[in-house]
Parts: sequence; structure tokens; C-alpha cells
Amino acid sequence: MITVKKLVKRFGLKTVLRGVDFEVQPGEFVALLGPNGAGKTTFLRILASLSRPTLGEVNIAGYQLPDQAAQVRARLGVVSHLPLLYGDLTAEENLRFYGRMYGLTDLEQRITEVLEMVGLETRRRDLVRTFSRGMQQRLAIGRAVLHDPDVVLFDEPYTGLDQDASSMLDEVLKTVAAKGRTVVMTSHDLARAEDLATRFDILSRGVIAATATPRQLKKSNLLSFYKESLLA
Amino acid sequence: MQSKPIALKILDVVSIIVLGISTYLALVFAPKELVMGDVQRVFYFHIGTAWTALLGFILAAVFSVIFLITKNLKWDRLQVAAIEVSLVFFLITIVLGSIWARPAWNTWWTWDPRLTTAAVTELIYIAYFMLRQGIDEPEKRARFGAVYALVGGISAPITFFAIRLFRTIHPVVIGGSNAAAQGGFNMTPDMLVAFFFALFAFTLVFVDLFWNRLRLGDLQDKVEQLKLKVTM
Amino acid sequence: MANTLRSITTIEKHSNVKPSFLRAVFAVVWKDIQAEFRSLELVSAMLVFSMLVIIIFNFALNLDIKMRQTVTAGVLWTTFAFAGTLGLNRSMAIEKDRGCLDGLLLAPVDRSAIYFGKAISNLIFMLIVEVIVLPVYSVLYSTNLFKPGLLLVILLGSIGYVGVGTLLATMSVQTRTRDILLSILLFPVVLPVLLPAIIASNGFLEGVEIADILFPIGLLVAYDVIFIAVSFMVFDSVVEE
Repeated sequence: MITVKKLVKRFGLKTVLRGVDFEVQPGEFVALLGPNGAGKTTFLRILASLSRPTLGEVNIAGYQLPDQAAQVRARLGVVSHLPLLYGDLTAEENLRFYGRMYGLTDLEQRITEVLEMVGLETRRRDLVRTFSRGMQQRLAIGRAVLHDPDVVLFDEPYTGLDQDASSMLDEVLKTVAAKGRTVVMTSHDLARAEDLATRFDILSRGVIAATATPRQLKKSNLLSFYKESLLA
Repeated sequence: MQSKPIALKILDVVSIIVLGISTYLALVFAPKELVMGDVQRVFYFHIGTAWTALLGFILAAVFSVIFLITKNLKWDRLQVAAIEVSLVFFLITIVLGSIWARPAWNTWWTWDPRLTTAAVTELIYIAYFMLRQGIDEPEKRARFGAVYALVGGISAPITFFAIRLFRTIHPVVIGGSNAAAQGGFNMTPDMLVAFFFALFAFTLVFVDLFWNRLRLGDLQDKVEQLKLKVTM
Repeated sequence: MANTLRSITTIEKHSNVKPSFLRAVFAVVWKDIQAEFRSLELVSAMLVFSMLVIIIFNFALNLDIKMRQTVTAGVLWTTFAFAGTLGLNRSMAIEKDRGCLDGLLLAPVDRSAIYFGKAISNLIFMLIVEVIVLPVYSVLYSTNLFKPGLLLVILLGSIGYVGVGTLLATMSVQTRTRDILLSILLFPVVLPVLLPAIIASNGFLEGVEIADILFPIGLLVAYDVIFIAVSFMVFDSVVEE
């Protein structure tokens, strides 16, 4: 579903990604871990078509970035740590806007479906700026899957959420993933990543330093695996 | 470490010599103008700097287009060098013009179209540098600079033509009816020599300064690169 | 918790993503209008600011009735130019602050749809302010500003202003110096709009021959066309990385 070959990203003279090789099969849930500054957000932005690669190949759902970016975007959903929502609009107005931007048909029905999926149906006519951070995040996920994308990218989705909100987010994430969607998630929250992911990749100093599946690690060994990979 | 290329060293020397000759021609060789007297001599340098600066601004707009198409940062460095040198030259133009205006029109400044456009143009390119200053990332800085230099470069001539047909008291030296009444004057052969030589001299000086500035920019980049290598 | 989540099996796969340029432009415009009507941030700020500027001019220029006629056009356009930057700044800042610009960029439509959408909504807000300022000015200074020619000039001038302003605001909102920078970038470059607009406005107010006003109006139209074309062509470079 996602194929990345020798991806290099430079900002002026600074090289952030130094030849990343990365492959994701359809339906996989990859947790991308790594220290701050390793380039996780940069990498995700490139996958999201928001940033152009300096060198290398990026292929998503059969389309090349950056040339076929529009086709990629139609099949891609992105949740960032910023809500990407308009505070002065209601939940359903936000969804309606994004639905129109994507040119969705059956928009109203889809909006209701999504609102129910993220548990915000009762708050549909409330202004987003009255929402708590957890609710905004859930609505953001709703926005991301409105057009039923094949691939969903999450950039640090748990940032700023308390335990309750995080549990709710877990549920929503599981629902999103359960449909056979391909998910790539960056996170600092190792415990949650352990629960959800089918694969863990460590991004360190601009390359994928290590990769492992839950079967290869025993429970709560993720932390030691993480630390070891960084030292290598 | 690269040392200055021989061609540039020669150009440095030649520029100084040529500038010296031009000064002599302007101040001594050219005859004293009948109506305005010695202050008219300022005219040679005034036009010399004006013509090269305007050419520089036009070049910068061309560099903008090339950069936006090729995305090669080399064109950005060329643009910065061109605009920086042109900015200074144009400032000299304005100041010299003002010095000439005082005895000729009995005022340091008027708001006629040509002068107003000059002031506005100068402000556009000062704004260019202020824009660049507010951006940390080199690639973004180059992109935004290119866009603004293009927009500014197109807008400045339009500003001029927009009001060209309206009354102006700026002397129309070459062509234009009723030149004498507006403070214009006819040039004798000796004056023409000084005039064309001044144009030539300032073009040479412009190229010399431009080349030096370009080299400076390249060296600055190299220093940044070396700094990054050391901190890794 | 689980029973608030719908069973997924009933949701069918939607392969109905049909992005349309016009629909996207309209969506952006409508979104901006909806949001603005809730808070009225932009329009109220621009209106209040306009009033203050007019009042300041009143004292600064200290005019008698005769003189006022000649400067009305200038005062009006100065007011609009300054108030306009408030609207432009705020309009783009809203997008930048909550990361919404990314949200817009994620849509599978051409980037220029964002430019046109924002430019149109910026234009609408500016026109709303102008439409309110004109009668107020008329009343305050007992001048009749309801000449159709004047309204045409205000429309053409605002289009040019907003056309370049949207582009420059998109840039300035991404720099450190933000709000201050927009005025510095915009004013030198928007003079070819302001000058003919003032001349043409003045022409209509003083009842000058139509033939004489045609040239400034022609210039306005030319500027509008050139700069909207340039802006929408380079807009990509200003939002993409």
C-alpha cells in the first residue's frame, strides 16, 4: 500500500531524512516511534503529500508522490496534533465543509455515519470551540475518514489527552483500523502503540533504525527494544 | 578554501579605474551646462546608477520565474545579490536626484510620477528583505522572496505607466517636447561622451559588485554547511 | 462506550470522491461566510477601524466643506486600504493557527481553488464594510456618495486589492513578523490600484466627463486581470513545501 524508497528530505542545508526505506502492506497498523527530531513529523508530512521529497520515491495506493498527489489525497486521511477544525463552525458544518472539498456524494448520510462512529452525534450542532480537546480529536478523526480513505496517517494523536479521552480514542482507532484500512501512527505513547499496532518501526537520525512485530517482542518489551534500537 | 578568481580580481581593479575615469569625465571633461551649472554633473552618475538598478530589478524578476520553475537555489542567490546591489544603487540614484533637484527646481523632492514611483520601488525592495528576514527556512525564504520580487517587479512599471500620462516636472532629457521648459537640456557631444561612459562605467561596477556579492552568498552557504558538519 | 459506536459492517465503501474545482471554491467561500456570521470578528473590526480612521482624518485635515469634496476619494480609499489589511490578516491567520491550511491542502483539488475561495470571501467582507462605510460617510459629511460609477470603481479597486492581498497575506502569515509584514508588502505593490481608483472615484464624485475617467478604469481592469492571473499562478509556491 505504501512504498518508500531511499527517501531524502533536506531543509536548506540540513538533512532530516537520510534515505528512508519503508513498506506497508494493506491492512497493517504501523506504529512509527522515535525520539524528537528524528524526523517522524517530517516523514508523515511527506506521506500526507503536504511536503515534497528532496530525493527518493514515495508510492501510496499505487500513485506516485509528488506527481500524482491529487489522486493520493483522495485516498488518504490525516490526523495531526492540531485539530484542523474551524472553531466557529459546528461539528456537522465542519464535516460538511470537508465533505464538499472532497466532492463527496451522499454527504449528509455520511456525516451522520461518521458522527455516530466517533460518538459525537449528540453534539453535532455545537460549535467546535466548545469542545474539549478529546472531542476535537475525535471529530478530527471523523473528518479524516469522511471520504473513506484507504490509508490513514496519525501524527501524535494522543497529545494532550487525559486517560478517559485516550481510551475513547483507542476505541475509535480500533474501529478505523478494523475496516481493513492501512494505518501509520507516530506516537510517544509506547503503551498505547503496543496495544494497537501490528508492527513497530523506529525512526532514528533520519533512517528506520529497527522494525519488529508484536510476536517478536514479548509484552512490555517494547520499551527495551526501543531503547536498544536507539543506542545502535 | 577558494580564493577570489583572477577574473574577479581583475574586474575589481578595472571597475575602480573605470569609475575614476568616469568621475573625471563627469566633473572635469564635460562642459558646464548653461542653465543649471555645475550641479548638473550629478546627472551622469544619477543615470548610471538608475539604469543599472532598474536592469537589476528586472533581472531579479526573471530570476524569480526561473527559480519557481527549476527550484534550484542557485537562482535565489543570484536574485538576492541582484536586488541588494540594485537597492543600494537606486538609493544613490534617488539621493543624487534630490541633490540635483534642489538648485534646479528649488525643492529637495516633489511628488511627480517618476519620483513617486522611484520611492515606491525602493520600498518594494526593502520590503523584500524584510520578508526574507522573517523566514528561517532557506527554501521557503527563497520561494517567498521569488514570489514577491516577481509581484513587485511587475507592479513597479505599472505604477509608473499608470501615471506617466499625468503631468510631470521631471526633466525629459531624451525626447519629449518642451524639454527646456521642464529643466531638460540638449547634450553636446562632449556631454554625450561623459554620459555614455558613465553608463558603461556603472554597468561594470554593478557587475563587479554583483559578482562579489554572489561570491559572498556562496561562501556564507559553505560556512553554514561546515557548521552543520561540525555539530553532527 | 461501545454502544455509542456503530457497527462498521453496515457502512459501505464509498468510492464517490469526486472533487470539483468550483464546488471547492464555493465550499471555502461558504465556510468563511458561515464562520464570520457566527463571530462577526472580521467585519466588526474592519468597520470600527474604518470609523476611527475617518474620524482621525476629520481632525488631521481640518477641512471646510469646499475642501472636503476634493479629498473624499482619497480619504475613502485610504480608509479601505488600511481596514482591508485587518481583514486579510485575520482571514489567513484563522487558517494558519489551527492548522486548517493543512486541512485545505489535503483536499484533492487544485491549490488555486483555495486562492480563489479565500480571495472571494475576502472580497465579500471588504465589500460589506465598504457598503456600510459609504452611507455613514455620506451622512457625517453631508455628501452624496451614491453615484453608480463610484460603486463600480470601488468594486474594481477592491477586486485588485484583494487579489494581490490574499496572495501576500498567505505569505506574511507564515513568517515570524506576520501582521506588520502584510502592510509593508502590500502597500507599495497595490498603489497601481489605489491611484487610478482615487482618480476615477474623484472623477465620478465631481461629475467629470466619462471619457476622462475611462483611462483610470481601464487601468484598474488591467491591473485586476494581470495580478489575479499572476497570483493564482504562483499561489502553489506559497502554500506547498
